[in-house]
Amino acid sequence: MSSIRHHIPESLLASYASGELSYAFSMVVAAHVSMCAECRARLVTHETVGGVLLDEEHHSTVTSGLRSRVLDMLDTPQPVRPAPRRMGVFPGPVAEALSYGEPKWRRLGAGVRQTVLKRSDEESVRLLYIPAGQAVPDHGHNGLELTLVLQGAFSDETGTFGVGDVEVADDELEHTPVAAEGDACICLAATDAQLKFNAFVPRLLQPVLGI
Amino acid sequence: MSQKSGEMSEQTVWMLAVRDDRNKSAFAALFDYFAPRLKGMLMRGGLQASLAEEVVQDTMLAVWRKAHLFDPHRAQVSGWVYQIARNRQIDVLRKERRPIPEEMRGDDVQEDDSLQIVALEQDTARLRKALQCLSPEQRTLVEQAYLGDMSHSELHAQTGLPLGTIKSRIRLGLERLRRELGNEQSL
Repeated sequence: MSSIRHHIPESLLASYASGELSYAFSMVVAAHVSMCAECRARLVTHETVGGVLLDEEHHSTVTSGLRSRVLDMLDTPQPVRPAPRRMGVFPGPVAEALSYGEPKWRRLGAGVRQTVLKRSDEESVRLLYIPAGQAVPDHGHNGLELTLVLQGAFSDETGTFGVGDVEVADDELEHTPVAAEGDACICLAATDAQLKFNAFVPRLLQPVLGI
Repeated sequence: MSQKSGEMSEQTVWMLAVRDDRNKSAFAALFDYFAPRLKGMLMRGGLQASLAEEVVQDTMLAVWRKAHLFDPHRAQVSGWVYQIARNRQIDVLRKERRPIPEEMRGDDVQEDDSLQIVALEQDTARLRKALQCLSPEQRTLVEQAYLGDMSHSELHAQTGLPLGTIKSRIRLGLERLRRELGNEQSL
């Protein structure tokens, strides 16, 4: 785990802690933090800031019934959302989004496969499976793209990313990620706008494939 | 609630009594301390009073039920409660389950080391002081970010919170926390 070299930027951790971050990016942050002690510590630091501010928050009196209701409920068993658990290469939050089942891969061509975890007009988060040595079509994007490596590794114009590393690509970057030799590369990728592929055909296919 | 006091804050003492002894009067003390503050935060974030109270209820019940996960060596009670409330607030507002990290492996709970716990509290006191030294404008921005409405689209992820300018201050004194967490997870 200590081999992680590319971490979540401070601003994203702060946005996650304060609750501002979208679902797709939150998934990447939660998955990375599950794998990275350093970012977990930084996240706890931001939560501590939240706690200090909460200590000093003005009081809003609660209704009289609330206290007794809560105290009465202490002995009543109630389902608690279980903490997410890791499943194979998938960190807990990803495994939870998969309902602890295997991903349903969909072919994108050239051996590349994807599983969409969530997609809306504003954001998407998906798993990508890239065979060893294979390139993902050259692409830029309209907004920010976060890519977290879960298995294998990939390289692009900016560097090499191994398990636990996060690539933060803004819309300036047009890159061609290539999976390293060895294990197939499995990534968690989140965008805050639909990717725009440079190559003509993939762009035509974008609405169809939902990438 | 006996020997654990030392110089620990009363919130920590209450929380440990809840965790270790399932002490209901300690829980009631935590409730009396946090419930009005949580309701203040949730209403600042735009929740109606009744919905805010529902989230306060869920949060405080989660504090009781997840108490075994509280580790005073790596978290302050208020930060821990803050994070539980924020998660619940998001689930309610967005009607979706916010992705949250795995719990740290740490079933082999270490003995409470009061020196270390107090040291973390002192770090937090320094952080509190640093936050008090902010200009009123900066303070307002930070409060808005951490306690307020969570849908500020103008606070774009890339530029992040207005934290950039005050980051170095906020970092003050929390190195120990980082070391502590780093050591534990690399075991």
